[in-house]
Amino acid sequence: MSTPRFQLRSSIGKKLLNGLTGVLLLLFIVAHLAGNLTIFVGKDALNAYAATTHSLGPLLIVIELGLAAVFLVHAGSAISVWRDNQAARDTRYMVSKSKGAASKQTVASRTMIITGLVLLAFLILHLWQFRFGPTTPAYQTTLPGHAGEVWNLHLIVVETFKNPIWTALYVVVMILLGFHLRHGFWSAFQSIGALNPKLRPIAFSAGVVFAIVIAVGFLLLPIFVYLAPDPNAGVLGLVKP
Amino acid sequence: MSAQNGTGLRSYKLKVWRQPRGAAGGKLVDYEVSGIDPGMSFLEMVDQLNESLLKRGEEPVAIESDCREGICGTCGVVIDGMAHGPIPNITTCSLRMRSFPNGATITVEPFRAKAFPIIKDLIVDRSAMDRIQRRGGYVSVNAGSAPEANATPIARDVQESAMDSAACIQCGACVAACPNAAAHLFVGARVRQFALLPQGHPERNERVLAMVEQMDAEGFGDCSNHGECEAACPKSISIENIATMRREYMRAAVGKR
Repeated sequence: MSTPRFQLRSSIGKKLLNGLTGVLLLLFIVAHLAGNLTIFVGKDALNAYAATTHSLGPLLIVIELGLAAVFLVHAGSAISVWRDNQAARDTRYMVSKSKGAASKQTVASRTMIITGLVLLAFLILHLWQFRFGPTTPAYQTTLPGHAGEVWNLHLIVVETFKNPIWTALYVVVMILLGFHLRHGFWSAFQSIGALNPKLRPIAFSAGVVFAIVIAVGFLLLPIFVYLAPDPNAGVLGLVKP
Repeated sequence: MSAQNGTGLRSYKLKVWRQPRGAAGGKLVDYEVSGIDPGMSFLEMVDQLNESLLKRGEEPVAIESDCREGICGTCGVVIDGMAHGPIPNITTCSLRMRSFPNGATITVEPFRAKAFPIIKDLIVDRSAMDRIQRRGGYVSVNAGSAPEANATPIARDVQESAMDSAACIQCGACVAACPNAAAHLFVGARVRQFALLPQGHPERNERVLAMVEQMDAEGFGDCSNHGECEAACPKSISIENIATMRREYMRAAVGKR
């Protein structure tokens, strides 16, 4: 028998990759939500946030490519794990039931591949709508304290979410994101061996809180834009025509 | 006293997986058993079914068992969709019929995993676990005779923790209960048992690499942290063992062999 080696394509290696990229994506999603919250301050706040991000120049490209790699490794390792698991039980049980108690099995844990694939498809749509959204002169605007014109990301957001279909789609996908995070949060740390018997129940419970905070945080944005008579003014635009 | 809670004899409707030796598939067959004492074990109930089948000239249900006291890990079937039945932390042989209300329908299936081919009816071939065990579930260096008691101090909690992992009886319920048919709890327990104690350290890195390599080669699934294994384990082995195995695997990536 050949000398065994550490392999990233082993069952453990794939989960190390999936867990590590999962933890990085948890950090990303918190940062993304923090950026989104500027829309509740108003048009200028969101455009200033976009302008600041763009001013990073080449560094932004590096960050974006890194992020793309993280997403690809996360999705790739997950799909590979799912395929292994499909093959590992060729005959299904006629009756199958969770034994409860110590089990960490949830609707969320059983649907990770479905919510994950939906999120992957959503990611492509989302990048196309916003990251690679229109930059024509109609989508340029001024920003107080900023020389010249900046990209009017706020206008794209408002145009998108004044459409009830986009708003409904985003709300549904963010609820699915919540389910993905309910299992993904604690599972990512478990997969990289970062939990011990004391931390595990804390991380498992914290997953619920994290999932709800992130999902609700994200889905408030399209609902707010859809409902606000004057989204340019941020939350004040909800009451002031 | 109602029939459900009483001590009187009970009857059950059984749906038992029957699969002839060498057949590619099988099916659930309906049986009825009566005269079952609530204190009888699940295996004794099956014995009674088999007695009646033999009297009728039918083929008895093939089911495996040995010690019948929850130690050997030989018995094990999926009862009503749960490995070793509905009661946590026991084996099938320790399951008593009082756990099932009188007149209940009970479905009995074999442990299902590609790595556990069905031999006949409820008996599966679990030698894949033996082949994993053979790749490192032991200490092959000469650990010498019993050392002087205080020469190598091992904290009490470490001893106990290693013993918790060593409690694995290799029954395969973790694989049966896992939605992915993964064997990570079994292999994790073996890895952790030796990783905690000095006797296991000389072969520490090679052990985890070899056992994981064999586990993957046998066609077990990958762990998705459902935790169903811990719920089904008759010895309450924790998924901490899987976390430890992952740490040991990473350690082996950089450690010497």
